[in-house]
Amino acid sequence: MVKKKGKKLAKVKEVKGQLGKKKETAREKMIGQSIGYRYDVNLLPDYSKITPFLKKYIEAMGWDDLNWLEDVHMGYEEDRPAVFCRNANGWVTIPSSIKLPNNQQDRDMIARELLVKFQMSPKHPLVDLKKAYLKF
Amino acid sequence: MANIKTVSKKSKAQSMGMHTEVLTGRTQQKFFNPDEAENFYYFGTYDVDFNQRTDLDVKDMTAAEANKEIDNLMSEGYGTIVIKNPQGKHSLGVGILNKLNLIFEGSLGYFGMGSCDGPTVRINGRVGWSCAENLMAGKVVIEKNAGSCFGAAIRGGDLICKGSVGARTGIDMKGGTIIIGGDAGAFTGFMMQRGRIIILGDVGINLGDSMYDGTIFIGGKIGSYGSDAVDSDLTSNDQDWLRRKLKVAEIGENFDVSKMKKVVAGKKLWNYDNLEPTEKKGAI
Repeated sequence: MVKKKGKKLAKVKEVKGQLGKKKETAREKMIGQSIGYRYDVNLLPDYSKITPFLKKYIEAMGWDDLNWLEDVHMGYEEDRPAVFCRNANGWVTIPSSIKLPNNQQDRDMIARELLVKFQMSPKHPLVDLKKAYLKF
Repeated sequence: MANIKTVSKKSKAQSMGMHTEVLTGRTQQKFFNPDEAENFYYFGTYDVDFNQRTDLDVKDMTAAEANKEIDNLMSEGYGTIVIKNPQGKHSLGVGILNKLNLIFEGSLGYFGMGSCDGPTVRINGRVGWSCAENLMAGKVVIEKNAGSCFGAAIRGGDLICKGSVGARTGIDMKGGTIIIGGDAGAFTGFMMQRGRIIILGDVGINLGDSMYDGTIFIGGKIGSYGSDAVDSDLTSNDQDWLRRKLKVAEIGENFDVSKMKKVVAGKKLWNYDNLEPTEKKGAI
């Protein structure tokens, strides 16, 4: 199909806090790699945004708050939104079917939920390792 | 496993011939369905019930025997275990990767509760060096004082000491929260990379020395700042979180968090990149 010429392209609006949209510094351009994080790793969670799944998880574990999940934020890998799994030492990319909101607090809650599901899944990489190398 | 792949020259560093390769294949192709059955526990861990309670006297046991017995009790479904006569033994309660309510009726020696992931622990006494080292998740509460290297290299969870702690608290921590009701020694937050430390009392010299990231909240006096540790503004979000956390920690509920100081990394140590070794050579 032939595309119509002269049609104006829609402007890509840069949303504040959108993943991977931070401008590179001169140093980053020169070295060809990013320095530091492109999202706020020190952002404290907003408990008003907590999801029902996370509430159930906290209750099941007998904790009072998000505990270790306070340190989980949504990052990105290879321009795709992802969450880092410390147990597998790798990034878990977010399925494209999940629509991501434009603020970090909501995105972080989604990342936390997805990470818990991934870590507790029988398909987690550590399950295979445990089967192969468990000593006691 | 990571493979090495040669790429076409892209950046200035690459065009200068400093490196022509990148690591590839670190992303693991492992598929799972986010909508699969709801499960809150690691695969293969014990299904324990907090209402099932038992006592364990470890007076005549070695640390290894005591830890094995804790594991056996969890496998029988006990969710609340009270340890009697710990008598300052080293390495008690290590490597628990399960939800559990663990209570120590006494003090622990070195490396107590190391490498744990999930339990809620209360120690009705003191602890020696490196308590809860490498904690991944869970909550550890110490009713009295703690030794040096408290919470060394923790990655997650809440570590609470109601008394005072020694030097190098939170050294190399990569996440989690350490809460101190009393004072803390020198080099608190040394080389910390992420996470939060709350100290309601005073803190010694070289606070946050060489910290890469993370946040330290101080209620009392600061002996001196370490390299690259700088003051930052306390936000309302910080204050809300501090109030919530102190309530969880069961200390300082009436503490005026609005007067706390917030210390963060100046981020002058963030200059690690591929060009740096060459630049250093040039400078020499």
